[in-house]
Amino acid sequence: MQQTLFDKIWNDHAAQSFDDGSSLIYIDRIFLHERTGSIALSSLQDAGRTPKNPRHVFCTMDHIVDTFPGRGDDTSMPGGTEFIQTTRKLALSAGITLFDLGDPRQGISHVVSSEQGIALPGCTVVCPDSHTCTLGGIGAIATGIGSSDCEHAMATETLRFFKPRQMRVTFTGHLHRWVTAKDMILHLIAAYSAAGGSGFAIEFAGPAIRALEVEGRLTLCNMAVEFSAFTGIIAPDEKVTRYLQNRPYAPSGQCWDSATAYWSTLYSDDEAAFDREIIIDCADIAPTVTWGTSPQHAIAVNGSVPGLDIAQGPELRESMQRSMNYMDVEPGSVLQNLTVQAAFIGSCTNSRLSDLRAAAEILRGRRVAPGVRAICVPGSSQVKQSAEKENLHRVFIDAGFEWRESGCSMCFYAGGEGFAPGDRVITSTNRNFEGRQGPATRSHLASPATVAASAIMGRITDPRKLDPA
Amino acid sequence: MLRANIDTDTIIPSREMKRVSKLGLGEGLFAGWRYLDRGKPTERPNDGFVLNQPAYDGASILLTGDNMGCGSSREHAVWALKDYGIRSIIAPGFGAIFYSNCIRNGLLPVVLEAATIADLAEQITTDPRAAQLEIDVSSCVVKAPDGQAYEFSLEPLYHKMLTQGLDAIDITGKSFPEIEAFKRSDRIKRPWSYLE
Repeated sequence: MQQTLFDKIWNDHAAQSFDDGSSLIYIDRIFLHERTGSIALSSLQDAGRTPKNPRHVFCTMDHIVDTFPGRGDDTSMPGGTEFIQTTRKLALSAGITLFDLGDPRQGISHVVSSEQGIALPGCTVVCPDSHTCTLGGIGAIATGIGSSDCEHAMATETLRFFKPRQMRVTFTGHLHRWVTAKDMILHLIAAYSAAGGSGFAIEFAGPAIRALEVEGRLTLCNMAVEFSAFTGIIAPDEKVTRYLQNRPYAPSGQCWDSATAYWSTLYSDDEAAFDREIIIDCADIAPTVTWGTSPQHAIAVNGSVPGLDIAQGPELRESMQRSMNYMDVEPGSVLQNLTVQAAFIGSCTNSRLSDLRAAAEILRGRRVAPGVRAICVPGSSQVKQSAEKENLHRVFIDAGFEWRESGCSMCFYAGGEGFAPGDRVITSTNRNFEGRQGPATRSHLASPATVAASAIMGRITDPRKLDPA
Repeated sequence: MLRANIDTDTIIPSREMKRVSKLGLGEGLFAGWRYLDRGKPTERPNDGFVLNQPAYDGASILLTGDNMGCGSSREHAVWALKDYGIRSIIAPGFGAIFYSNCIRNGLLPVVLEAATIADLAEQITTDPRAAQLEIDVSSCVVKAPDGQAYEFSLEPLYHKMLTQGLDAIDITGKSFPEIEAFKRSDRIKRPWSYLE
């Protein structure tokens, strides 16, 4: 029986299958954060229930905590302190592992999850956060869920799912210099729409995927949810094995040997069938930036905003027109003529060490343009520490960037810190929705290199123009 | 609201989720569209927003574009819709997490063709007070003002949960013996995945 990678992991987790086609899928790891994990923990407690296996449940503080140096429980977000303190209290009483403020392991849940070796290949991972699909990058079936489903996962160690259909997206060829995993996923979403992956589990495959380092794979899978997919997944290889070895929660000793033996079976068989196949030639991908308020509104950085005639149907035309009004662009607007007031590097998409290195390569010896507020927020306390060991923080600070403590920070606005109304923000985050980074702010999604280049020039800029090589 | 890709940030902006609670979120529903100068002394309803128009006062069914509820997993989006009084949403398609959150909270997600929804919207717009939509959950039928009936599909499990108000954790509780048996064999197959 020919099986896909997804089939293999799915079948090995089906604790019970029902006549209606659904299955109870055993859940290996549950991750929580203070934003939505707090409500899942409090509801669970109110119902008189406890986590069935607290050793498999982890929690971090990332969404609401401030990222200013010297931060504490007080946050600039109205009501934020309650979220932090309630989460701490509930995590303690539930007996789960908490990476609290001040803990060197603290960071953005989807960054910490792989960094600590909590999410593993061949495992199922859930978190009440849509970007949980990030962990598909190491070969886990990882998916975002609601708070009620999270309670279910904690109380029963399972979730009941109907198996999604399966799609394979194959990336062939080689990436051009300064074209990254972020550009690959934006390119895919632009080509097939923000709903293009709806109902599918998507395996990313092909030579260009194998050529990506683990951190790039995490970036790529992170935005599977912006493609409306159930999740994205990449077959684990020796890069993943090397990445995980000696991580704190990764298996060790005999368990390491049995783990790697199992992981080596995790790939799609040659004749395995997919419900849909997409092939993308990497030669066609340029550094990519969004112009609108959906991730599907993405174009090459050296392009211009498309005309309304590309919208299929009145519904999409209305969405497109509304986006243009909100973003203050029109058909034909040249992206690289748009001046930016802010630049942001961070988020579960692009805040890992390799992201900071790429941005630093552009920033080294340069200064951010006058009038641009530039911020870098490392994805975890450990990423921050590693970056500082390499003196990357000096590069950012010397260029005029703020250098922050780790957290989700201004990837989204929660009433605390945000960019100013009308600000155009070039950002390495994952969502460009209306008001996402502050009321009336205009977000342009891009790779860290493109964000760095744009910060330097004060307008959206192709990083290839500032190539130090 | 026949727009595609209405995301959960739009349904309830993060800044409107002020407490560790599922209650009272209706006020923040669609806050970015529904109010002008939100949070300022000059705050007022945005008269141009459909739910602020007197003809749609008390609306309990939303008609939307494709990929409704995409984006953030926040269940607050569903709690806010319910708190406001929305009982069903009709769309050509839904974000997967949002769909599941609807089922878990007794909000009926109905999938119909985009053209059908556009037709329903047109019938309603002509006279919102007289032209009412009716949804029969037991038979999975939407009745248009012109009398036309449209069937929609719903997994029997979800149908049962919605109509009988069953708790998902209680349902799974019946499977505990199977789950324990699974874990015994899984521990042999994947010992490395169990943390001690």
